[in-house]
Amino acid sequence: MAPYLDGEFGNPSGMHAVSRRAKNAIEEARERVAAVVGAHPLDVVFTGAGTESDNLAVAGVALAGGRRGGVVTTAIEHEAVLATAHHLERLGCPLTIVPVDQYGVVDPERVRDAVAGSTAVVSVMAANNETGAVQPVAAIAEAVAGRGILLHSDAVQAAVSRPCSLDDLGVDLLTLSAHKLGGPQGVGILALRPGIALEPVIHGGGQELGRRSGTHNVAGIVGAAAALEAAVADRKRLVDDVTAARQRFESGLTSVVSGVVFTVGDADRLVQHSHLRFPGIDAETLLVRLDGIGLAASAGSACHSGAIAASHVLTAMGLAPTEASECVRFTFGWDTRPQDGDTAAALVAATVGALR
Amino acid sequence: MKALVAMSGGVDSSVAAALMLEAGYEVIGVTLKQWVAPDGSLPTAGCCTVADAEDARKVAARLGIPHYVLDHSAEFTAEVVDRFVADYAAGLTPNPCVECNRRVRFGALLGRVEPLGCDVLVTGHYARIGTRRGRPALLRAADPAKDQSYVLHMLPAADLARVRFPIGDLTKAEVRDHASRLGLRTAAKPDSQDLCFVAGDYRAFLQARLPEIRRPGAMVDASGAVVGKHDGVAGFTVGQRRGLGIAVGEPRFVVAVDPATATVRVGPRSDLAVAACRVSGVRFVNDPVTPGEAVAVKVRYRSRPVPARLFPQGEVWRVAFTTPQEAVAPGQAAVFYRDDEVLGGGTITATESS
Repeated sequence: MAPYLDGEFGNPSGMHAVSRRAKNAIEEARERVAAVVGAHPLDVVFTGAGTESDNLAVAGVALAGGRRGGVVTTAIEHEAVLATAHHLERLGCPLTIVPVDQYGVVDPERVRDAVAGSTAVVSVMAANNETGAVQPVAAIAEAVAGRGILLHSDAVQAAVSRPCSLDDLGVDLLTLSAHKLGGPQGVGILALRPGIALEPVIHGGGQELGRRSGTHNVAGIVGAAAALEAAVADRKRLVDDVTAARQRFESGLTSVVSGVVFTVGDADRLVQHSHLRFPGIDAETLLVRLDGIGLAASAGSACHSGAIAASHVLTAMGLAPTEASECVRFTFGWDTRPQDGDTAAALVAATVGALR
Repeated sequence: MKALVAMSGGVDSSVAAALMLEAGYEVIGVTLKQWVAPDGSLPTAGCCTVADAEDARKVAARLGIPHYVLDHSAEFTAEVVDRFVADYAAGLTPNPCVECNRRVRFGALLGRVEPLGCDVLVTGHYARIGTRRGRPALLRAADPAKDQSYVLHMLPAADLARVRFPIGDLTKAEVRDHASRLGLRTAAKPDSQDLCFVAGDYRAFLQARLPEIRRPGAMVDASGAVVGKHDGVAGFTVGQRRGLGIAVGEPRFVVAVDPATATVRVGPRSDLAVAACRVSGVRFVNDPVTPGEAVAVKVRYRSRPVPARLFPQGEVWRVAFTTPQEAVAPGQAAVFYRDDEVLGGGTITATESS
């Protein structure tokens, strides 16, 4: 990334040598991303965030060609998809939101039942960003196949620990975000199957084949490609370490603290997620205490003011507001080592003990 | 010792946090998210806005202390805003700042002091906590122009033992000097206004929530004779003189408001005088006063304490003023003082004409 923040600060849309070098850097990054996600390089779109990729995928398909195509999605999608879907509904696109079960998993048959003749796009995330619950995207792809409907998946949370190419998931459009792969913040990727028409959501100079106007974030894009490749290369090591760390965290914690609820039950979940409910403990209070001793966890999602907002994901899983306010999300990353699970378990157990 | 400092984003609580830090406390700053508009949007004008929360965050960053935004909007909406609207609908003149302190700032936050690992709760209120008769006592602020002890009268001594008001000994000018000395961005920030949850005219806010108070009605005098009309009782407050639209020789004042019949009773200034009022929900900081005890009573935030005697009558207390008082509005707090000490107080429910 570094050269493109300094001497190689060319605008890739220009005509001079430094611009050509920037353009080459982007196109090389595009090819590297395309190879990982299984797309043609010209069907890799660089955006400003995973959120923007989700907007472009869902709105781009629903509004393509001036139509008002229907949207089918799930109650646990990231706001980037849900808010876009509601916006499209206001524009006249039929919207169906499919519920999930108590463990936060969507049933492919319910998705199939929700699809109608007007449906243009189905959007189901690869795994939920709060609970880590893995969604049966491939089964949904089978369930809706052959009806001319495009399937999009937001794999922002899943890609670091699971293979998430277009073929792996069986989808037509795929969202990734660089920062969840160890890359820079503010770079999103949208990969598509060939021949998909997209109505742009950002209009202007026609960069990215007209799908996403705006001057390229050259350094960010180069960093995104490098991060994606590195994440894939490091995936087995990460999964091994994080599996061990989470196992030590969860067994260490539950051996000391009683009543801990695994919110997704026995559902398939991302290896880096441990989403737990501590009955009788206010998550907000727990997070402040944990922050004070150097352990960063999260709950719900941060709103503009910085307060924790009630999680629509937990509400969709049928948790009462009080139960939802007792849930904490612990995640493990590429720098987590197995013994970190013991440390985290001890810190959380001590804090929960103090609060009880 | 660890202090939980309620930081509103204003200069007072900014300096309160800084002074606790200088006093050797470990400090955690919290900003309460209090108010969400019915459409889910956050306030951008008035007080307690996103910008205020940002100011609090930046001051905390400058001071090098952790800062969190805690969501108390459900309590604030139910206990302060809804109550404010309901009181107006009942013809009262509520003081939402009293309810906010009672229910949210202290009611909810005091309960979080220990769970958050802290020893004391700190706010930027202008009031002092001292010792009287060997027990914690709530005292008026050093700066009489800024004294906020009136809106804190409901705090019992047991709570005061866990509360600190570090700017209570300072004048506003001194607080701003401290803020400048410390390089705090809030040093020159204007004081917040009343009714933080209303951006603009509170009458429009009420009318949007209480369609019935837009009902036109009559203005009557003491005999019941109609002397005028009005477009709705919202915004008429006992003691109000302006905006009555009555062109008669002697100045007329609002004497009473009855939303049930959409009636505003007006009269000459002498009709405002009340000899006594009844006060319910009385809380004393320490022991109750003895029946008939002479104290000073404040009947609204911006008024001087006046001499009165207090008599318990079952659940309520009767406050008999030494000389008749004007503009004693049901819904406001009556707060009892002995010299600079707050003895307690409650909510005015009725008045007795002199």
